[in-house]
Amino acid sequence: MSRPLLQLQGVHTHIGAYHILHGVDLVVPEGQVTLLLGRNGAGKTTTLRTLMGLWPASQGQLLFDGEDITQADTPSLAQRGIAYVPETMGIFSDLTVEENMLLAARQAQRAAQMDKQRLAWIFELFPAVEKFWRHPAGKLSGGQKQMLAVARAIVEPRRLLVVDEPSKGLAPAIIDNMIEAFLKLKATGVTVLLVEQNLHMAQSLGDQVAVMDDGRVVHSGRMADLSADEGLQRRLLGLAL
Amino acid sequence: MNGLDTRPLWLVPVLALLAWPLVLASGSSSATWVTLTVAGLAMGMIIFVIASGLTLVFGLMDVLNFGHGVFIALGAFVATSVMAGLADWTGSASLSHNLWAVFCAMAVAMAVAAAVGLAFERFIVRPVYGQHLKQILITMGGMIMGEELIKVIWGPQQIPLPLPEGLRGAWLWGDAAVEKYRVLAVGVGLVIFGLLGYVLNRTKIGLLIRAGVQDREMVESLGYRIRRLFVGVFVAGSALAGLGGVLWGLYQQNVVPQMGAQVNVLIFIVIIIGGLGSTLGALIGALLVGLMANYTGFLAPKMALFSNIALMAAILLWRPQGVYPVANR
Repeated sequence: MSRPLLQLQGVHTHIGAYHILHGVDLVVPEGQVTLLLGRNGAGKTTTLRTLMGLWPASQGQLLFDGEDITQADTPSLAQRGIAYVPETMGIFSDLTVEENMLLAARQAQRAAQMDKQRLAWIFELFPAVEKFWRHPAGKLSGGQKQMLAVARAIVEPRRLLVVDEPSKGLAPAIIDNMIEAFLKLKATGVTVLLVEQNLHMAQSLGDQVAVMDDGRVVHSGRMADLSADEGLQRRLLGLAL
Repeated sequence: MNGLDTRPLWLVPVLALLAWPLVLASGSSSATWVTLTVAGLAMGMIIFVIASGLTLVFGLMDVLNFGHGVFIALGAFVATSVMAGLADWTGSASLSHNLWAVFCAMAVAMAVAAAVGLAFERFIVRPVYGQHLKQILITMGGMIMGEELIKVIWGPQQIPLPLPEGLRGAWLWGDAAVEKYRVLAVGVGLVIFGLLGYVLNRTKIGLLIRAGVQDREMVESLGYRIRRLFVGVFVAGSALAGLGGVLWGLYQQNVVPQMGAQVNVLIFIVIIIGGLGSTLGALIGALLVGLMANYTGFLAPKMALFSNIALMAAILLWRPQGVYPVANR
């Protein structure tokens, strides 16, 4: 396994009176896709939001490339190269696709200053982004919005891409497009932490897997090992992949 | 502006056209309607200048600033001092000297209001982020304190703020009298609207503000510090309120320490009609409120106080989140 880019050690998170994460331990190796699986309410989204500084960890430690980021705020995490695509996609509906992309390109003041080579590569991955470049993002379909959300996250080179359920609510054909795009993205060597409920997508993309239950990671290992062990799948996920 | 719903834009001409036969039915002429309409538009533009900052402040950080009125009063009182100091220019027969005096008063009022706004945000608003009830209470308290400080500095009495010589009187257009100062107020309002439109729609800062109004958490996730942006918007909003105070004071030709609280009610009606966080909505709301106040003040003075509340209720029945609700909120 390559060196860890992100490590969560005994992370607890409280939201108001509720204790959601009960000591999450997680390692995300550099250059690989790590899947975070688990039933609804297991704590996957809370783990991502805690990692992004959107909800503070009440206990434990988060390390990014060896640096303690437990107390870091959300903007500084983004500035370190962590891109986040939330479950809700976080698309600015009143802005155009172009303006959504420009916002994520922190170095550019105008669309013309965005990295054209990188944009061409993104358009290849997600043709809808180019097609609807000047359209209001709010008018896009669910699948197109999801593609825009991921495209926006990679408009500049990032060290870690954190994506929460990109297949949620999408038609199977769109999910296949999304898998194809993620496979191309994976080939560039970017590190990805992906929460996913779609097992086909999880199996297609995952190098490593961590399974959560009741606010803890109850299993971690290679995706291939989990795929090969039906008994383990039934025990951890309640179904076979 | 892509996919802009144009229906709310028709509200202003529709209201003006509806008022026309009513004015004629009252025994007055079309010239009276023109005079009332120009006065309403001028009042609306002044209210827009004041309300535009407040609506962005609410949109960006969910901050209910009931103390916004203090910056209006502060701007107006600063203007009395500046224009008193420039009495040679305000009393001059030269229009350019008159305008320089007004613009100096505006610049100083904006600078003072911005500086006080910076302190207001730091010491009054910042400790209560995310707590609406406390925001209402503490910002109202801040406004009361501000009013008292104004009384300490300028005294509790009403102070006259006369128009400079060249801005008094009216241009006659047929039988209609169009007051010179009201044309200036409309001009200033249009310049501010144009500047705001440019900044919001053509710059990265504006893009961040528009995005922050929709989803501030996502803006932070993209690496921007929304609180710094908010402070900037709060200070700019305070400066605009100071400018609006100068315009309002000159419109009324006198200032009182309570003027901010009086205008506050109108501003909140405007930003609720417009949709919290929307500057275009604030413009529509301000023009509607200005026109309605002038028409009802002429046709049915006893209804004047109630008319804007009724207008707001009617708009909310049509669009419960205002004419231009901000998406994602």
